Amino acid sequence: MYNITGYYEADTLAEATALLAEKPKLELIAGGTDVLIKMHGKAEDTELFSLRKIKSLEIIRKAEDGTIVIGAMATFARVFKDPIIREMIPILTEAAISMGGPQIRNIATIGGNVCSGATSGDSASSLFALNARLKILNSLGERLVPIQEFYLGPGKVALKPGDILTEIRISPEDYQGFGGHYIKFAMREAMDIATLGVAVTCKLQGNIFDEIRIGLGVAGPTPLRCLEAEEFAKGKDISVETVAEIGKLAVRSTKARTSWRASKEYREHLVEELVQRGLKIALVNAGGAELV
Amino acid sequence: MAYTVVGKSVNKVDAIAKVTGKAKYTDDFHERDMLVGKILHSPHAHAIIKSIDVSLARALPGVEAVLTYKDLPRINYATSLPGYVDDGTETECEAECESDRIKFSTAGHPYSLDPGHRDVEDRHILTKKARFVGDDIAAVVATDELIAEKALQLIKVEYEVLEALTSTDAALKEGAPLIHEEHEGNILASGGFAIGDVEEAFKESDYVFEGEYETSIVQHCHMENQTSYAYIDSDGRIVIVTSTQIPQIVRRVVAQSLGLPWGRVRVIKPFVGGGFGNKQDVCIEPLNAAMTIAVGGRPVKIELSREESMVDTRTRHAFKFKIKTGINQDGKLIGIHISAVSNTGAYASHGHSIAGSAGGKFRYLYPTKALKYDPITVYTNLPVAGAMRGYGCPQIFYAFESHLEDIAKRLNMDPIEIRRKNLVEVGYVDPVSKNKITSCGIRECIDKGKALIKWDEKKASYKEQRGNKLRGLGMACFSYASGTYPVALELAGARIVLNQDGSVQLQIGATDTGQGSDTVFGQMVAEVLGLPMEMVHVISTQDTDISPFDTGCYASRQTYVSGMAVEKAALEVKGKILEFAARMTDIPVDKLELVEQRIIYKHSGESVLTLEQVAMQSYYDRVHAKPITSDSSNNARINAIPFGVTFTEVEVDIKTGKIEVLEIYNVHDSGTIVNPLMAEGQVHGGVSMGIGYALSEQLTFDAVTGKAQNNNLLDYKLPTIMDTPDIGVAFVETYEPTGPFGVKSLGEPPTITPAPAIRNAVLDATGVAFNRLPMNPQRVFEGFKKVGLI
Repeated sequence: MYNITGYYEADTLAEATALLAEKPKLELIAGGTDVLIKMHGKAEDTELFSLRKIKSLEIIRKAEDGTIVIGAMATFARVFKDPIIREMIPILTEAAISMGGPQIRNIATIGGNVCSGATSGDSASSLFALNARLKILNSLGERLVPIQEFYLGPGKVALKPGDILTEIRISPEDYQGFGGHYIKFAMREAMDIATLGVAVTCKLQGNIFDEIRIGLGVAGPTPLRCLEAEEFAKGKDISVETVAEIGKLAVRSTKARTSWRASKEYREHLVEELVQRGLKIALVNAGGAELV
Repeated sequence: MAYTVVGKSVNKVDAIAKVTGKAKYTDDFHERDMLVGKILHSPHAHAIIKSIDVSLARALPGVEAVLTYKDLPRINYATSLPGYVDDGTETECEAECESDRIKFSTAGHPYSLDPGHRDVEDRHILTKKARFVGDDIAAVVATDELIAEKALQLIKVEYEVLEALTSTDAALKEGAPLIHEEHEGNILASGGFAIGDVEEAFKESDYVFEGEYETSIVQHCHMENQTSYAYIDSDGRIVIVTSTQIPQIVRRVVAQSLGLPWGRVRVIKPFVGGGFGNKQDVCIEPLNAAMTIAVGGRPVKIELSREESMVDTRTRHAFKFKIKTGINQDGKLIGIHISAVSNTGAYASHGHSIAGSAGGKFRYLYPTKALKYDPITVYTNLPVAGAMRGYGCPQIFYAFESHLEDIAKRLNMDPIEIRRKNLVEVGYVDPVSKNKITSCGIRECIDKGKALIKWDEKKASYKEQRGNKLRGLGMACFSYASGTYPVALELAGARIVLNQDGSVQLQIGATDTGQGSDTVFGQMVAEVLGLPMEMVHVISTQDTDISPFDTGCYASRQTYVSGMAVEKAALEVKGKILEFAARMTDIPVDKLELVEQRIIYKHSGESVLTLEQVAMQSYYDRVHAKPITSDSSNNARINAIPFGVTFTEVEVDIKTGKIEVLEIYNVHDSGTIVNPLMAEGQVHGGVSMGIGYALSEQLTFDAVTGKAQNNNLLDYKLPTIMDTPDIGVAFVETYEPTGPFGVKSLGEPPTITPAPAIRNAVLDATGVAFNRLPMNPQRVFEGFKKVGLI
């Protein structure tokens, strides 16, 4: 049961921002897999504003400077199948296929996933590891927001009334030369919310770590990066010991808590273990030798 | 025995109707101007309503009625009938008291003429005292769902909140508040049985072992939520169309709950999207009937949401077991003492029957000199537990098969050998039920399962495992029953009409809720009458006005018990066909046989008449016409015990606590398998339910408030197909002499032993015994941490 008292659509972004400026209370809807669940069974009046007719928002492309540009309305199915993403940033491909089930992936969008502000969002840890920047448009103009600054708290993001997320951008320096791996740890192999999302990328120089990035979902109220561990890794020998230390340090950046879903102790244990597992595969993907 | 149709994987009779969307379920039926009913559930686990104000809700345009406990019929039913004129005067008690409102039981058991054997009547349609978060407080009937929802929010209830008893320990504590005044100590019932002297047996035993085991609250998660609609027909009777396993019992309970004569209620069961025991209970129909009465008989629909269905209907009883076992050096069990605490939640529903069934069905597997079973069933302020596939057996077999594994390990005995030493054999008579084992293939089931999983080979290769991923093997055995005899009545009915073209209609009172009983009954009729399946038209809908009487789908009873009635009805029709043919031909009836739609001479096989000729004469012969029909009823005063085993191989990720089931085989002795493909499907479903029970499923509650934390399919970890391994199925087809065509039950058994088999495999892999379900990663992590594996 839904109490939808109004429904709007726009054909272009210009129309969309104009309408939103006029009616800032409209609830933006993309795929609807989060918005409709929140509305289900509630009696409050809601007016929806759908972006589904703005086809330009679905495009995934590589800009001339190498920036990968993902339209906010690209569905998870589209992200998963996209050849550019698969070749350049496969950790997002892996994240996309881990999301929901086929029906959900066919309708849910990456922009909607980010805007719902969940720490468990399946795209979040990968986008954090990729230093994604978000292009946000309103009737006055546009701005670019680093994803780390976008997530403000559980379900809270840096969108103001009238704002529309239009693009997710990943710069070449954030993926070129990196190998990565994404692990979704959940209670089920499909149709589940992550207990922990781990996205690890790394760049190697011979037998040392040049740079690593660790993005975690569900390790705190928002997705986060493990900066202390990342800093530590710089210039360190690639060894089982280094990887173990990175795993330990990663825990320090987390703000896990005990809930009925899992205890803090278990979550932290998983961070330590899965960061190591992710990094071991990421470094092979970055051209390194397998650590035994 | 060689059969023609029985034993063949014929298509399900409703398969095409279902995949093409032609099969009509409750929600596919529409009445003109159907109103919508919605329920206000208690936000408190334990609270008394001090005041309730529905005036704003009643005033909302589109609201047709608002009901609270005050509006329920009093014990005198006349006040609830249409046309009753309330004189407007109310005594104080009439306005406020709950005590003179009718209490009723909801369990889907046959009625008992013996008042001492009836289900506990502890429920009102709407309550003045909330006993769990979700209890039904008030109800709204409105012209649409949105108005109904808005009206619910306008109902103002003032509660006096009491201490919520969210565990059996809390409920049993001295001085705990009483959930039901009349149940001292919050104990619904207690009592089991004792065979021999268990204390003496322990003295005689070489060893005595003890163990404690605990299972969790889980939910059925049938695809179709509870849904029904009700109206009063032109004859003044209440008609309810509902998704149920037990239309005849729904009829009785609705009538009882409203103080109506039973004949004033008619219940219709269309296609049903699964029940697993949850629809062997009367959850929404009494309220639905009250709603239509409140609006003068206009049709009203109640459709529960998934969130409601998961807490406001029924769950599986969580059990805590203490087991003490005396055993000899050679592995022979001497005495077993099982104590159990069963958590029934806020109302009795099936209550102590679940604990009773657990002990009763366990008794057949390992007969010992002494067996004592002491269960108690306890009320708590949690959702109501009722029937669920296996009816107490997944609980008790998890506990005992885990316990026996632990004993085998301690005695350094092969877990399979210790079981073989103690298994029952044909001829054994259970001293309590007096049921006799008349077929038993458990040993062959074990042989088959052991070979399928390559037990010896793998056991040898996993001896020297190291690393963070360890593999192990486990197994567990079970016994069950086919129906409830001698505990309850086992009455079934079938009716057959021979059509002009030689085809037949089969009507049964037994209900197909997706498991396929319509098809196996069709096969039985086809077998007896020598008809192809397409000439047996099975009427799937049960209508209490029209269908023969049968108590319904539960206890894995229908193929065995209702099958007896079907066979009887088919044999009667066959006899009448041959008699009619004898009259037509003057050939003595004992010289005739019916095969492949022909009446033949027995001695030569020569055709005498076609079945169609006989059928046409039976309708249109100017002198002898008398359509051939049968209407049978069968009161089965017997039972047959099915057996089986689960074998499984797991891999445990030590660091994350994840358990993966690599292989799993269920091998069943269910007598003759009437339809192998459907039987295999039934095992697949049961095993996947068992895997969820073992590894991930559990309804969890806030310990203070009693509120469910995960009553939705995202947070409740029902396994998906991606989490389910290929499930191996095999049968050992014994011939059960008491059953129609040699059958025994199969419906519930597949769910019983996956959990203990998986638990035992994890023990084999890691050396860690998990004595509490589910074995989810958090628990496994804690277990490994405790013993220093992490």
